[in-house]
Amino acid sequence: MKTESIIIAGVGGQGNIAVSQIIGLAAGESGFDVKITETHGMAQRGGSVHSMIRFGQKVFSPLIPKGECRYLVALEYLEGLRWLEYLSTKAVILVSTEKRPPYPVLVGKAVYPENIDEIYRKFGRAFFVPAKELAEEAGSARAANIVMLGALSRFLKGVSAEELKSAIEKRFAGREKVIEINLRAFEFGRSFLEVKQG
Amino acid sequence: MGKSKKTLLLGNAAIALGAFHAGAKYGSGYPGTPSTEILEYFSKYPDVIAEWAPNEKCAYEAAYGASLAGARALVTMKHVGLNVASDPFVTSVYSGVNGGLVLVVADDPGMHSSQNEQDSRHYARLALAPIFEPADSQEAYSMMIEAFRLSEEYDTPVLLRTTTRVSHSSTLVEVDSVVQTEKTELRHYAKNPQKYVMVPANARRRKQVVLERLEALKHYAEKTPFNYIEWGDSELGIIANGVAYFYAKEACPEASFLKLGFTYPLPKEMIRKFACEVEQVLVVEELDPVLETEIKALGINVWGKELFPGVGELTPEIVAEAISEIMKVTGRKAYSIGWVSRNFNGEIPPRFPVLCPGCGHRNLFFVLKKLRAKVMGDIGCYTLATNEPLNAMDTCTCMGAGIGEAHGFSRVIQTSGEKVVAVIGDSTFVHSGITGLINAVYNRGNVLIVILDNRTTAMTGHQPHPATGKTLQGEATYELDFEKLAISCGAIYVKTVDPYDLDETEKVLKEAYQTPGVSVVIARRPCVLYERTEKGYYLVDVDRCTGCGACLLLGCPAIYREGEKAVINHDLCTACGACTYLCRFDAIFKAGGDA
Repeated sequence: MKTESIIIAGVGGQGNIAVSQIIGLAAGESGFDVKITETHGMAQRGGSVHSMIRFGQKVFSPLIPKGECRYLVALEYLEGLRWLEYLSTKAVILVSTEKRPPYPVLVGKAVYPENIDEIYRKFGRAFFVPAKELAEEAGSARAANIVMLGALSRFLKGVSAEELKSAIEKRFAGREKVIEINLRAFEFGRSFLEVKQG
Repeated sequence: MGKSKKTLLLGNAAIALGAFHAGAKYGSGYPGTPSTEILEYFSKYPDVIAEWAPNEKCAYEAAYGASLAGARALVTMKHVGLNVASDPFVTSVYSGVNGGLVLVVADDPGMHSSQNEQDSRHYARLALAPIFEPADSQEAYSMMIEAFRLSEEYDTPVLLRTTTRVSHSSTLVEVDSVVQTEKTELRHYAKNPQKYVMVPANARRRKQVVLERLEALKHYAEKTPFNYIEWGDSELGIIANGVAYFYAKEACPEASFLKLGFTYPLPKEMIRKFACEVEQVLVVEELDPVLETEIKALGINVWGKELFPGVGELTPEIVAEAISEIMKVTGRKAYSIGWVSRNFNGEIPPRFPVLCPGCGHRNLFFVLKKLRAKVMGDIGCYTLATNEPLNAMDTCTCMGAGIGEAHGFSRVIQTSGEKVVAVIGDSTFVHSGITGLINAVYNRGNVLIVILDNRTTAMTGHQPHPATGKTLQGEATYELDFEKLAISCGAIYVKTVDPYDLDETEKVLKEAYQTPGVSVVIARRPCVLYERTEKGYYLVDVDRCTGCGACLLLGCPAIYREGEKAVINHDLCTACGACTYLCRFDAIFKAGGDA
């Protein structure tokens, strides 16, 4: 199997690292070599954050070469735009419709881009998910990251939804309520796209 | 597909586990991205002592002491921390160790969270100490275990150097089943002044020992499994270290590779043999041309830094471009890379890190700005206040530098009578601000030192320090008293304020600023991410808001403009109330909580 490459983009505090660790765990359990690289430190104070996840028979670079990323998950509406040049031609793009205007936008020094849907569509098969709303329905707005993971599971090759769910249980081991909410959020994200595609 | 028995570990977690499995009993360090998590992971293992030191020099000395007592000891820091620790480090290489001693230093190519991108590999050469450079978590784990063994076998401190992409990447690790339990006993300590007291006569003899040790280590470099050749095409041979090896492997898996994991002293014979068998040699290393320079000194012609940018970290694409360039110049076969980057030229608003809503630093800087003073800055979250709209400081150099800079600045403009301000965080003040304060008092400077005391080391993720009353392993301990300390150092004016009270803060800052000599103001407010005290949130009364924009001058991410009016995002607001001090129209009111 060719190495699969995923970028998770978002804002500090949205649970970016949790999603990448869950995918990494599940990919490792599925017998693949895995590499993840993450943003730590300075970027956590409300700045842009991202993770890159790669898995396959043998993974060399933790950094994804530009043009090689098959899956882009944007936990915030515009954050995915920063990573378009990394996408391969047949990319799947999953975008949360939640908007968090960056500070320069809040104070009127910059504008939040328009026609974002169209831009994403030019770069691949783009799907838009009301992740925050679905997460609230599942029990907590904080599970929006897992809604997006559920949506990704519709497309991800090599790692099954079952492996992802068992990785969620491992990641949040000992916190029954959190597991319950997150598994529900996962299903909501997954079935949202089923409805959409059907 | 068979189930893997490997564990996915962050590079820093793998280093900690390697130290634990090597039988390390003691760890010390100072937090600094990208090294911080190593000691945090290590501190959770059973029967180990793990400590945050006030700074890297203290950390190194303590770890060296533990080694002398016969324990295997670990010390961790970021690259600039090794500047601070370099004094004891360099001389301890002369004295050697008792229990194994490994210094882990984490470089930050690309300056993700640092003020420079210095290359720590120079310290191996400066100190004549051996150095390992892992490329992933597996190597980080295995090299830690080997580094402790090597340290005892060759009687020397050993460096293990990582980079951000090794420390903060997770990769699979196969863990050794055999843990070195025999190392639980302390090695016997014997008094040996000729070895451990570095007066000149002893140091001259020990320098000779260091040089002999280095000769022996050259043989080790030739035979260690961490230096190895992977034969591929003979047209291109790539010599690489650390994560750069994987970028090169990604860019050109067909090439021949000499992977160097133990890089000082270098395996010269292995390098010569490799270079003889390939037509072109390319050295791929991040930061400085350290390997390249030494390999060229062997008389081997290589491609190197002329093909790479001088700033920032490498990527697979950058390495691929360098390889294409060689193939173009030499007219050899072109390796097909096959990556096609896609262009997006639209404008995307930047999203930089900002001071959190409710951060006490913001209020302090807002008031301080009114003094129109020169403000010498320092390293911490508060450095973020250098951005719009606070534009809070004139300098930021290194840990503790602001106080020294303010003193020197004040001395040469003394006739103007102008006082110069230094701002410094609580953890940074303990790290290296105290001697600066003593210097300013001793040499009669005219300085106002503001200690931004948020009761934690916030930027690196809330580590305790000597003024918090807590240790890394959660024990209660003496809490350093900044007021008493400043008074005993001889500061003429010392006062503590709560920056949530903007009026009182302004009054105290003005007083302190107008008092000639050295004054110290402690602005104490726990980090809002660590300890939030206020309940509820504030909202804007749209009928009263005139849209004057005064509240926006705070630069609080919870306040924004919508049309003509200000709006508070109550999801983000922490009810610090700073904006109420700025609003002249009583348009901001408390809601939720105990409103």
